Amino acid sequence: MSSTTIIRPKKLFHFSDLKEIWQYKELLYFFTWRDLKVRYKQTAIGVAWAILQPFMTMVVFSVFFGGLAKIPSDGVPYPIFVYVGLLFWQFFSSALSDTSMTLISNQTIITKVYFPRLILPISSVLTKLVDFAIAAGILVGLMFYYGYMPHLTGFLLIPLLLIITFMASVGGGLFLAAINVKYRDVRYALPFFIQILMFITPVIYPASIAGKYSTILALNPMMGVIQNARAALLGTAPINWILLGISFIACFVLLIVGIYVFKKVERYFADIV
Amino acid sequence: MKEQPIIEIKNISKKYKITHERGGYIALRDVVMNIVKQPFSYLKTKAKSVAGLEKKEDFWALKDVNFTVNKGEVIGIIGRNGAGKSTLLKILSQITPPTEGEIIMRGSVGSLLEVGTGFHPELTGRENIFLNGAILGMGRKEIAKKFDQIVEFADIGKFLDTPVKYYSSGMYVRLAFSVAAHMEPDILLVDEVLAVGDAEFQKKCLGKMEDITKREGRTILFVSHNMGAIEKLCPRSILIGSGQIRFFGETREVIRFYTNDVLDIAKSVNVATKRRHGVSLNATFKGISFSDTSGNKIEHIQNGSTLIINLAYKSKNYQPLENVRIAIAFKNLNGQEIFVCSTEVSHLGTINLPAEGMVGCKIEDFPLSRGSYLITVALYVDKQLEDFIEDAAKIEVENSDFFGTGVMFPTTWEGKQVLVRHSWII
Repeated sequence: MSSTTIIRPKKLFHFSDLKEIWQYKELLYFFTWRDLKVRYKQTAIGVAWAILQPFMTMVVFSVFFGGLAKIPSDGVPYPIFVYVGLLFWQFFSSALSDTSMTLISNQTIITKVYFPRLILPISSVLTKLVDFAIAAGILVGLMFYYGYMPHLTGFLLIPLLLIITFMASVGGGLFLAAINVKYRDVRYALPFFIQILMFITPVIYPASIAGKYSTILALNPMMGVIQNARAALLGTAPINWILLGISFIACFVLLIVGIYVFKKVERYFADIV
Repeated sequence: MKEQPIIEIKNISKKYKITHERGGYIALRDVVMNIVKQPFSYLKTKAKSVAGLEKKEDFWALKDVNFTVNKGEVIGIIGRNGAGKSTLLKILSQITPPTEGEIIMRGSVGSLLEVGTGFHPELTGRENIFLNGAILGMGRKEIAKKFDQIVEFADIGKFLDTPVKYYSSGMYVRLAFSVAAHMEPDILLVDEVLAVGDAEFQKKCLGKMEDITKREGRTILFVSHNMGAIEKLCPRSILIGSGQIRFFGETREVIRFYTNDVLDIAKSVNVATKRRHGVSLNATFKGISFSDTSGNKIEHIQNGSTLIINLAYKSKNYQPLENVRIAIAFKNLNGQEIFVCSTEVSHLGTINLPAEGMVGCKIEDFPLSRGSYLITVALYVDKQLEDFIEDAAKIEVENSDFFGTGVMFPTTWEGKQVLVRHSWII
């Protein structure tokens, strides 16, 4: 017989779980496809939203923070400086908030059909990755306009930065999604929390102003990501491998904790909603 | 070598914890406030829960269920509401894990607990076929291959590229079932999905399911209240009651056992102690009795005469009840509802009742033919379902001279449940 299913009282985590996700990759594709399709179906300008949002934010920030408040930008024109930050930040924040809602918004499916639940958060982060790719188009334009050419190492660093962001948003999102099932405060608190998080992340200001405290701030994985994205793309500073390492480890821990908590809730999720 | 059974279910049990606290969501805010306000009582309950001393009631939805199914068998699963049928199916389809025991299923498993799971209203019929197919476990190539068959079976034709939110409910169900009907797992788990859709389509679906089982030799577990469908599709059935297997055998035998079983329960009914599901119980039924027009208690009634159903009720906090709605449904022993008496349609104006008392429902010219019938009662206060007792009482009906002609009913009338007054123009 082709496949045998054995059902037992659930264990917390098993390596076969990862294999299972791979088996369900087509469903992962379809969930991502659904989210993208539905989101852009009923909007007047469709996919342009993915560009418009970071672009407008960049313009407003450039006028007020860069132009009027004269926030330093490591010697780089402020628009491109802030856009690199926004690009990664919006990927992280939107993926985080979407992931935290996945269990709730898909509960009709979860209570009726089996599939590895981890697919849902992963698919919502993938959806945001597509937005990231679209919005990155503007960055290419800005880099041409201001005459910046990334060197090769910088360019190769981008995937690593994306992986860290991916792990951070999936890890944090899974953790929040699990709490969200039991405590519905999460959905109200989260936008506020994300806003605060943005101000302690060097999105609109350079990380250099943190001075000697930057290693502590590096526990916030997004700090390492954004600072190194600027270093890699704009050459603001040499790439800070230590910071990157700290970010990576912090994300990895976050991811493990996230998966652990999520798995714990996943077992009885169908019973309590 | 003898072939191994395709499904082996060994000592499966499922425990739910019923915590006695208010329902709904818990707000983190409340939890925090509780800790701040009453730190000691919080610590006490926490300590109790750590030590396992808290007052939690265990409820075994399933207890030590064992059975095996051979390849190609079609097994019906019947039982009263809350008996554990759906829990069993949910465990088999891995939606919820068992508390104890082990299940081995040799082959791919498809479950159909609902038709149209994951349908998205914004997406078109075409897109939903792919999405729903993927959710049901089909691959993209497989769906593409069966696409034309699915569309044809669903009979949605030119609406294929219209968002499904514009579909009529009939079309929606047809499309949803059509996708499901084209799954090809070795083991198919089906829950009460045929309860939707119009009669003609239901017939078509039953036909399709018969087709699948006979021609393709698929193994199916089929949960339903529809005894007709079960008898038609499943040679053997399982009766589940109170989380255990009561009877496993030929379907006809099982159904007979079930009907008698229902009778037993109805006979010994004590309204006050009956288990209720998902109701708030701020006001409850305290007793149900039948009487005739002169107020004598009865258990039998002749059709054509008047029946009064007396419902005693009481509110929990001795509050008067405002905006009350009461409904009584009559069912035959197969679980089929025959008619409903509801204040919603037959009583004008709002009903306000004192905190405790009795309400009567008078049915003149009782229209059911000889047999036993069960009644289910529901009590709503201000649109909130306060009490709901399924099969709360049983009434026996005897035949009488219903048409006033003095002619006995022919035996061929046996099983024709409803009597309708009529006359002839000759």
